[in-house]
Formats: sequence, C-alpha cells, structure tokens
Amino acid sequence: MSAMAARLNSKPGLAALAVALAFLVALGLAYGLGSTYWMATLARMAALALSAVSLSFLVGQAGLVSFGHGAPVGIGAYALLVAGEYGMSDLLVVLPLAFLAAAAFSALTGAIALRTRGVYFIMITLAFAQMAYYVAASLSAFGGDDGMALAARSTLLGARVLRRDHGLALLAILLLGLALFLLGRLAASKFGLVLRAAKDNEQKVTALGLSPYGHRLAALALAGGAAGLSGALLANQAEFVAPAYMNWHVSGLAIVMVALGGAGHLVGGVIGAVVVTLLDEALGHYTQYWKLGLGLVVVGAALLRAGDLRRLLAGGARG
Amino acid sequence: MSTVLLVSQILNGLQLGVILFLVAAGLTLVFGVMDFINLAHGVQYMLGAYLVATLVRWTGHFAVGLALGLAGALVLGFLMELLVFRHLTRRDHLEQVLGTFGVILVVTEGVRMIFGPAPLALPIPAALSGSVTLFAGLNYPLWRLVILAVGIAVALLLWVLVHRTRLGMRVRAGSTHPQMVAALGVDIDRLFLCVFAFGAMLAGLAGAMAGPLISIEPGMGDNVLIIAFVVVVIGGIGSIKGAFVGALAVGLVDTLGRAYAVDLLRLVLSKPAAATAGPALSSMLVYLLMALVLGLKPSGLFGARKA
Repeated sequence: MSAMAARLNSKPGLAALAVALAFLVALGLAYGLGSTYWMATLARMAALALSAVSLSFLVGQAGLVSFGHGAPVGIGAYALLVAGEYGMSDLLVVLPLAFLAAAAFSALTGAIALRTRGVYFIMITLAFAQMAYYVAASLSAFGGDDGMALAARSTLLGARVLRRDHGLALLAILLLGLALFLLGRLAASKFGLVLRAAKDNEQKVTALGLSPYGHRLAALALAGGAAGLSGALLANQAEFVAPAYMNWHVSGLAIVMVALGGAGHLVGGVIGAVVVTLLDEALGHYTQYWKLGLGLVVVGAALLRAGDLRRLLAGGARG
Repeated sequence: MSTVLLVSQILNGLQLGVILFLVAAGLTLVFGVMDFINLAHGVQYMLGAYLVATLVRWTGHFAVGLALGLAGALVLGFLMELLVFRHLTRRDHLEQVLGTFGVILVVTEGVRMIFGPAPLALPIPAALSGSVTLFAGLNYPLWRLVILAVGIAVALLLWVLVHRTRLGMRVRAGSTHPQMVAALGVDIDRLFLCVFAFGAMLAGLAGAMAGPLISIEPGMGDNVLIIAFVVVVIGGIGSIKGAFVGALAVGLVDTLGRAYAVDLLRLVLSKPAAATAGPALSSMLVYLLMALVLGLKPSGLFGARKA
C-alpha cells in the first residue's frame, strides 16, 4: 500500500486521471442503466471526496487535524445560496465566490487557530466551526435554523448544464480531478516540502529562514477554498442549504473519511469518501439503524489500524 | 434588569457550570494523563442518564436507582476502556478521533434501538422537588440547588483526591510527565483505566443530575461534549482547577448571555437588529470566549504542558 501511495504521490497527474476515470466509468454505467439514483449518489460522492481530499492535504502534508472542515463546506454552500438570492447563479461567478468566501473564512480563523498545536488546534477549529454554524442559524433571511431551498441549480453562461444529475456529477468529477492534480503538484513542490518538514521539526525549518506559519496559513486557506467548492456542489445536488452543513458531525465524518482512506496520500480522501458514502447507502437500505453499522466499521478500522497513517505518527505525537 | 432575575440567572449559570465540570473533569484527566482525545465522553453522560432513569423506574427509589446507575456507569467505563479505548491511547490524534467518533455512532444508535427515539422521563424525587424562597420574591427550584451542592461537593472531593492522596499524586505527575512516571514503575495503563472509569462515572452522574431538567434522549451527549471540550481547553488540558474555573465561566457566560444578549445589544443596535443578532451572539459567546483565551494563552488558563 505504501509503495503504491508513494508512486501516486510522485505522479499527481496519474492519480487524478485514475480517480477521474474510475468515476467517469461508474457514471457512464449509471447513465447507461438510466439510474438517476446512482448519478445523484456519484455527484454527491465526488463532492464529498473533494472536501475529504482538501482535508487530507491539511492532515497529511501539514499535520493540521482540523475538526472544523464542515465550516468552509457550509460557507461555500451559503455563498451559492446568497448569490442566488441576489440573482447570480452562473457557475463562473458562484464557484469563485464559494472558493473565496470559504478561503477567507479559513484564513481568518486559521490566523488565530495556528497559534495553537495538537489537541488545542483540533478544538479551536471545532469552536470556529460552531460559531459559523450559529451565525448561519441566525440568518433568518436565509431560512435560519431550518435552511432554505435553492431557487434553481447553477447555470453556465445561461445554459442549465446542471439540470440533470449527470451534468452535476461531471462537474464534480472535473473539480475533484483538478483538486487532486493541483494539490498533488503542490505537495510535491517546495511548498509541500516545507509543510512536511515543519510537521516533523518546526525549529529546523524556522532556523532555515522559512516561515512554517505562513505556509500553514496558505495551506489552510487553499484547503478551505476547495472545501467551499465541495459545498457549492453539495448545495446544487440537494438544492437546499442549511446550517446542518456545518454540524460538527459533518466535520467528524470528514476526519473519518481521511483516516479511513489513509492520510498519507490524497487519494486516501477519495477512498474514504467513497467507502463512507457506499456504507451510508448500502446500510440505509437494510436498517434505519445504519449508523450502528457505520460506527462498527469505523471503530474496527481504528482498532485494526486500517489507515496508512505511519507517516502521521511523528507529526501527530508532537502536533 | 431586576435583581431577582439576575440572581436566579447567576444560580442557573453556576448550576450549568457544575454539570459541565462533572463532565469536563474526567475528560481533562483522560486528556492529560494519556494525551487521549475522547469524543465519546458525551456518550457516558447520556448512558448515565439512561441507566439511572431506568433503574429508578425499576427499583422505585431514587437513591437506590442512582447508586446502582452510577455503579453501572463505572462498569461500562471499565468495559469500554478495556474493549476499545485502551488500544487507541498510544496512537495519533487522527486515529483517536476516528475510533471515538465510531464509538459515538455505535452507542448512540444502540441506545436508540433499545430505548427508542422517544425521550425518557426521570422525575425529581418528591423530597427534593418544589422550590425554596431564597429571599423575598425569589423562589428557586430546590433540585437546582441540590445539583449545585452535589457539584461543589464532588469538586472538593476531587481536589482532595488529586492533591492529597497517593493516587492523585500519580495522576498529577502522569498528566505532566507521563514518561517519567512510567519509568518510576507506575503502571500507567492501570492508572489510565482507573481515571477513565472514574471519569465515566462522573459524566454519568452529571447526566443523571441533569436528567430531570432536560429530556433524556440518545443525542443528549453531543452538545454537552462540545461545550465540555470548550471548558477543558479554556481551563488548560489536564488541570482539574482549570476545568472547574472554565466550567463555571462557561456556565455563567452562556446563561447570562442568553438572558441579556438582546438587552445589551439594544444599547448599540436597533431593536430588530438586536433581536436578530442576540440569539446568534449568545450561542456563540462561549466559543468566542474560548478563541479569546486561546488567542492570548495558547495552552489554556492553567495548562501545565505545552500541547
């Protein structure tokens, strides 16, 4: 597994292509069978994978275990909703808007959160996400606690390309592939090297004249922006936006996805998102108590060390 | 704002504070001794409430039910530590979050399967129901005073345990210098087992005390857990004193914030604006407090060890 991970890490283009192709084949099958259910599920899966990949970048490269990743996802969703209420629903506007809003939130809160380490960092990111949750719940113009339905899905230059779920799934797969490629390239660059080095030994990096703080802040903003895109996709899929996007269970589930797939490589986020979504759907068909099954799998994975987390151990113990 | 309202709100805040302290005490010790992040601590609070409510109904006596329920919470704490948590203590935080998040899912759904989604009722014992007149114009529920008294008694007991006994000495040493304590021949796994089970029982006690005031349902531990984390982080991980100060501060800020946020905002905002922003602000206050504390002191008020 780790040999494969190393190969995937050194070839971000290959990893992105492989994931995108796998999703496209699945989408083609669903389209061929005419299953709207599976096309919608694939769209959601790819969107969740995008959010998990961005968190995986934070955890695996920078050693930053954020317990508030639901916040930028939700902010991306709200950016879409608010823009829509003001008559803006073109993807060329709303996607950058979702990215920037989420990145700005992550950078602002990160500027404070990065003063802390380890468990304190986990907890302060959770606290900021809770604040975002309560702000969203107080937006009575946008549905308050209950949330609000989108007027319509986003458009592209006036064309309703997302009207059907396969269009949305294609967009989600495209963004997921792009994120895998770009974040992978970034991880392989000097930027990623500094992040990993700072995770292993912050003092040495500082002594070299580099700024771990600045690099981490940039990583947080970038990952936040990617999560914002994921939120915009999820909102389009559900055609509904609510504070529940930022519930701490969502942030916890994002960590579960990253840890299940293995934080050492970005593709792990995709694997985790796919596994969790499939478990969700599969168990949901059999029993209303599907969370019990999901929980057993999660506990089992943690006990059996299913994730490829050896690389994290050094960083995790220190912060 | 009248004095009566202010005094009763302060009492409410302190009462919320001691409940939070009972939950946070176990959490902070487990954090401190083993650097273990236990998301499933809220589950112990919920289980305590369910155990006590069920046993009170079976036995027909509040005191007997409470005693049996607490013993049950202690046993469950031992079992969960032996089955799951023991194997997660030397892992990194990511795996601990994974494992304990899974435990939340399993136990919460398990309880929902056994007891159903409908809330359970736990009546206040007859002798402790009703209210007392504290001064002219203020009738305060007796049960809330009982909670306050029990919370303060447990805090004193914990202080004696932690600062005046051999076991407490090991716990304190273990929370600041775990390697050194292990090197001196203390079985740190057994120490952790005891601390964990005791913490589970305290959380269960908190759940049982709060039970008559709130509805006992499977998700009740979630909100308490997050606020208890805030308490632990504000107070400084591993510090009982920090947990106590943090819990009272959070209890007061939250309660007084909810009571007065709209009125205070009226001073600077228009009436409708204050009415909108007030509830949001009061829900956020404790998190703002935490961000403020961590911004100024990155390892909490009484944090002994740099995390």
